[in-house]
Amino acid sequence: MKELTFPGGVHPPYSKDISIREPLREAPLPSVAVVPLSQHIGSPNQAVVSKGDVVEEGQLIGSSPAFISAPVHSPISGTVKEIRKAFHPALGPVMSVVIERDKSKEAKDYTQEDVDAEALSPEQIIEKVKDAGIVGMGGAAFPTHVKLNVPEGKKIDTFIVNGAECEPYLTCDHVLMTRKTQEILKGIELIAKVLKPKDIYIGIENNKKAAFFAFQKAIKKATRKVLSDIHLVPLHTKYPQGGEKQLIQAISGREVPPGKLPLDIGFLVQNVGTINAVYEAVHMRKPLIERVVTISGDCINRPGNYLIRVGATIKDIIEQYGIELYRDPEKVIVGGPMMGFAQPTLEVSVLKSTSGILFLSENLAKTPPEEKCIRCAKCVDVCPVRLLPTELMNNVKNGNWPEVRELNVADCIECGSCAYICPSRIPLIQYIKEGKEVLVRKKMR
Amino acid sequence: MKKLAISVSPHIVSPVDTRYMMKGVLIALLPAICAGVWFFRLRAVGVILASLAGCVVTEYLLQRFRGRKIRIDDMSAVVTGILLALVLSPAIPLWMAFLGGVFAIALGKEVFGGLGHNIFNPALLARAFLMAAFPVALTTWSRPITLDAVTTATPLGLAKFDGVMTPYADLFLGNIGGCIGETSSLAILLGLAYLLHKKVIDYRIPASYLLTVFVFAGVLHLVDADKFMPPLFHLLAGGLMIGAVFMATDPVTSPITARGRWIFGIGCGLITMIIRIWGGLPEGVMYSILLMNACTPIINKFTRPRRFGLEKGRKA
Ligand code: SF4
Ligand code: SF4
Repeated sequence: MKELTFPGGVHPPYSKDISIREPLREAPLPSVAVVPLSQHIGSPNQAVVSKGDVVEEGQLIGSSPAFISAPVHSPISGTVKEIRKAFHPALGPVMSVVIERDKSKEAKDYTQEDVDAEALSPEQIIEKVKDAGIVGMGGAAFPTHVKLNVPEGKKIDTFIVNGAECEPYLTCDHVLMTRKTQEILKGIELIAKVLKPKDIYIGIENNKKAAFFAFQKAIKKATRKVLSDIHLVPLHTKYPQGGEKQLIQAISGREVPPGKLPLDIGFLVQNVGTINAVYEAVHMRKPLIERVVTISGDCINRPGNYLIRVGATIKDIIEQYGIELYRDPEKVIVGGPMMGFAQPTLEVSVLKSTSGILFLSENLAKTPPEEKCIRCAKCVDVCPVRLLPTELMNNVKNGNWPEVRELNVADCIECGSCAYICPSRIPLIQYIKEGKEVLVRKKMR
Repeated sequence: MKKLAISVSPHIVSPVDTRYMMKGVLIALLPAICAGVWFFRLRAVGVILASLAGCVVTEYLLQRFRGRKIRIDDMSAVVTGILLALVLSPAIPLWMAFLGGVFAIALGKEVFGGLGHNIFNPALLARAFLMAAFPVALTTWSRPITLDAVTTATPLGLAKFDGVMTPYADLFLGNIGGCIGETSSLAILLGLAYLLHKKVIDYRIPASYLLTVFVFAGVLHLVDADKFMPPLFHLLAGGLMIGAVFMATDPVTSPITARGRWIFGIGCGLITMIIRIWGGLPEGVMYSILLMNACTPIINKFTRPRRFGLEKGRKA
């Protein structure tokens, strides 16, 4: 079959072999969970518990009346020790609920309950997704119920299941796709019921063959039409194939217009992890309190894919799981190496959107000094949204803001392809981000 | 544990850095250098060394004098020095080659603000300067494999002014009079293959440049085969190959957009052919590239890619 892709992009070393054949390991429960109250794009949550409260696993601990928001639940049973600011991997210190685990209590058993999913209306499904606090688990963390709630007058024609997993090192989606193929398909059915799309696609990069074959087999065997009609498409392995706009372009050839959302042209993209969470929320009444996280890098002895509770800190994880750092990492990254965040401390919590924790040595993650631009245009060639990163950088350096706007700085998806490829090691994203910020400040957009 | 490093994403970078690129160019130049040295012996070695010395010493002194970081190790001056030597006659006095090197760096590069800021290809600019200052020395050619400067003419000159055709085998392998580096098309094509393979250059400029010359010459040859040389002759003779592979592709002075690179190559091809056919000179490669260098900023401006998400034909 022809592998689909988008123009531009880069081929970093994918380094997935480290963890791709590792099983899905159940990680031990954390003794303390530090749960940031806001883990999504949108309005922050307020705590609904107070210090000293005894909480059950899965109990609501934070919520917000705002629409664009997703509630937070307690990942473990225990006592609320504190409500304080704690380190969020992307945002720095945010209000968090600190829960000490009650060691006498086992983890809750969410065996599949007798939920008659067939009988649920689209509104009921959205409600359950909302109550479970589901957010996009591929990285952006947009509340899923908001995405499913397609505004009046708009229609989703095409539902795309994002199994691209284009970030190097990460294998959490791969493992999920191979182990939870049926669950994901059931999740797809639920979402299809809400959206009633004409077409459903599952896109998987060709370096994840096992996941592709798992779906191929399952779709062939499927008896219900929604599932047997799914188009399973192999994607060429290229970064950032998993970007929403790139995936839509790869599969349909269409480009999402600037400033518009996929739904404006009839598309909706969901990551496989999110879809699995939708399945669990509806069929198992399980809120989003744990996720698969890839732990990898060249500094640790037990790389793998772990099912980890939201709120577990990196420090706790490596201690509890017997992970040994046999070499000093240069960087500890939450997420993938292309778009993830380097952490100053190990006291950061796993979030609903945390796909990976990487311990990379100096050999891999050293930041080389910036040199002069030699105008080789490699950055231009790789930009998936056809920007001119070198021109952006020059104009930001010169403070030529009208030109920065003219160069459509706002279209940058911050994928990092330009900075990855630049032979002069120019941190192009840093300049581009600065350009974006200045334009917002000057209200020039 | 030692202190963790913090920086913006991405956290990994491609192994291709500027040194890798410059090294790539130098390796790609090796066949041409070897061919030049093989055919012109010690004369070629002398010219290469003199030009190299001119470039490197000037770069060092200027950076030092202006209190800048010494960046000889970025190898760009070395590349310029070798490129200049390769487009000089093996018969040129060594001091002129040295002077050319000085000019290339001082006026070709550093006055513009150094690497990345120059508008013109420094090696070609220096050659144009030498050509203006010492026209006779620049166009005195020695026959291959002779140590004394027995003068001869280049295949293009022979064809244009005397109607004498040089055999293709000689053109291809390099047994002809001409600049040190342009003698063997084979050697340059080996370099091209290496540059493309290592992704040091993009295929668009050499492809469009060579194709334009081929088509242009082909059409003329079809019209009047007696008057106009066959297209293959135009491809193999003179400085076209080295120009298309090593000079026109200079990243600093060629367009950054993909469409711009097509236009640049086609423009180089057209100008080369116009000069070769109707101009007073046998050769047009150097001027074509320098002229297109001057157009690069404007080409960049008018070939900005279509904004993502906007349909073709619609304005951003
Ligand atoms: S990749 Fe780097 S060196 Fe090349 S043009 Fe872009 S910014 Fe300049
Ligand atoms: S400019 Fe933005 S979108 Fe383009 S490659 Fe760079 S980071 Fe990606």
